[in-house]
Amino acid sequence: MFSLASIATMAACIFLFGLFFAIVTNFQSMVKEAEEGVAVTVLFDDDITPQQIAEIGDRIKERPEVSAYNFKSADDAWEEFSQIYFEGNEELAEGFGDDNPLQKSESYEIYLNDVSMQDTLVKYLENLDGVREVRRSEIVANTLSDFNRLIGYVSAGIILILLCVAVFLISNTVTVGIAVRKEEIGIMKLIGATDFFVRAPFVVEGILIGLIGSALPLALLYGMYSRLIVYIMEKFNFLSSLMNFLPVSTVFRTLIPIALVLGVGIGFLGSFTTTRKHLKV
Amino acid sequence: MIQLEHVSKSFSEGIPALNDVSLHISEGEFVFVVGDSGSGKSTLIKLLLKELEPTSGSITINDIDIRKLPHRKIPYFRRNIGCVFQDFRLLKDRNVYDNVAFAQRAVGASNRSIRQKVPVMLSMVGLAAKYRSFPKQLSGGEQQRVAIARALVNNPRILLADEPTGNLDNNNAWEIMNLLEMINSRGTTVVVVTHNMEIVRAMGKRVITIQKGNVVSDSLVDGMGGDDDEN
Repeated sequence: MFSLASIATMAACIFLFGLFFAIVTNFQSMVKEAEEGVAVTVLFDDDITPQQIAEIGDRIKERPEVSAYNFKSADDAWEEFSQIYFEGNEELAEGFGDDNPLQKSESYEIYLNDVSMQDTLVKYLENLDGVREVRRSEIVANTLSDFNRLIGYVSAGIILILLCVAVFLISNTVTVGIAVRKEEIGIMKLIGATDFFVRAPFVVEGILIGLIGSALPLALLYGMYSRLIVYIMEKFNFLSSLMNFLPVSTVFRTLIPIALVLGVGIGFLGSFTTTRKHLKV
Repeated sequence: MIQLEHVSKSFSEGIPALNDVSLHISEGEFVFVVGDSGSGKSTLIKLLLKELEPTSGSITINDIDIRKLPHRKIPYFRRNIGCVFQDFRLLKDRNVYDNVAFAQRAVGASNRSIRQKVPVMLSMVGLAAKYRSFPKQLSGGEQQRVAIARALVNNPRILLADEPTGNLDNNNAWEIMNLLEMINSRGTTVVVVTHNMEIVRAMGKRVITIQKGNVVSDSLVDGMGGDDDEN
């Protein structure tokens, strides 16, 4: 009876945790994807030699903040510019002939692991010999960085609240369970049973409650997640171009061990600490 | 065996439950502790079981100063003391056999030991035939016998009985007392808290009288009701 109440309590908490985890993981993945699209552009001094450019490239490669970088020659820059600005009026571009107005626009495009490190990298790049200018999209980087931090704080807060609620409820249900068996515990203690002997069944029960209480919502969430993504994509078609939901296996690869450890941990802690209060006989 | 020196126990300000009690109980003795309700008899039993800590004084049992006993060693200390209570304290959802076996399991005895000792104990208390019965199917006297079997199955050197006949009629009370006397004759030290003065007078044992937390007399009764020897 009390075990069922505990399992239900645990399952509800782990379900909420799992739901929240899946949402946060997807958000983080989307933010990460956006971050990866934020580039820093390094432009060089007019008198720079190809060898110096290559040396700067080597320095960039060594930086831990960098996830990828590529060199854009003056011709690449002009071609890209022409495609964007002379679209439909290609004859205007042809008017330039072999002259490249962007002759001094060779650059490196650098992509970062984490946009919050953009400042450090930019400062480093600005101090390199041969670097004329470092262009970056500060607003996007700051927004993404702030958003990432916000998600981090909100997740930590909600997870903490859920954990406290779960420990409190489990501890309560174990207390009721112990109250029912208080006489038995009292007899055990007077007969000479050790604390371990008295506590063991409650702790094992707590761990089992944790295991079952986390396995059930995991199974439910697993079934729900795939169906929900399909449903969202079908019902809200426009979202598919904006959002890339993570596959169920990616989310659950992390969620399953975390939820099981949480469930078992809460079950263990809840029963262990609650029994300790009743062992001082 | 049991030595109390200047033991006092107070629960709050006011009259102490026990006041400067000193007494000695030797190995193999049978002792009655008598007194009115609230005189401190049950407090004495709880102190001996280390359920309570004395406010002052020292208690030595089986050469162990129990005030200095760390919490983790209390279970091992209690295994040398069997205890029986007025309300029997049997597990209602287990049968006679399992109630006695429970005490063996609680001290980590092997299944083999349980299979050997439990039937012997049940035979000793005269309940071998009722090993499958549940507490509610037994009379008060029978339930107390089960409690005694449970208290003795781990071979304690001391048996503490707190009002063991308090819930029993006269016949059953006598049966329990005879059983306790038989247990004592086998070498176990028996301390019985009671207010059944008829039995106390008739048994002819050492009687410690407590009033308002003080030991007011400690004497050997001659079995006919008169004091034989004042300690």
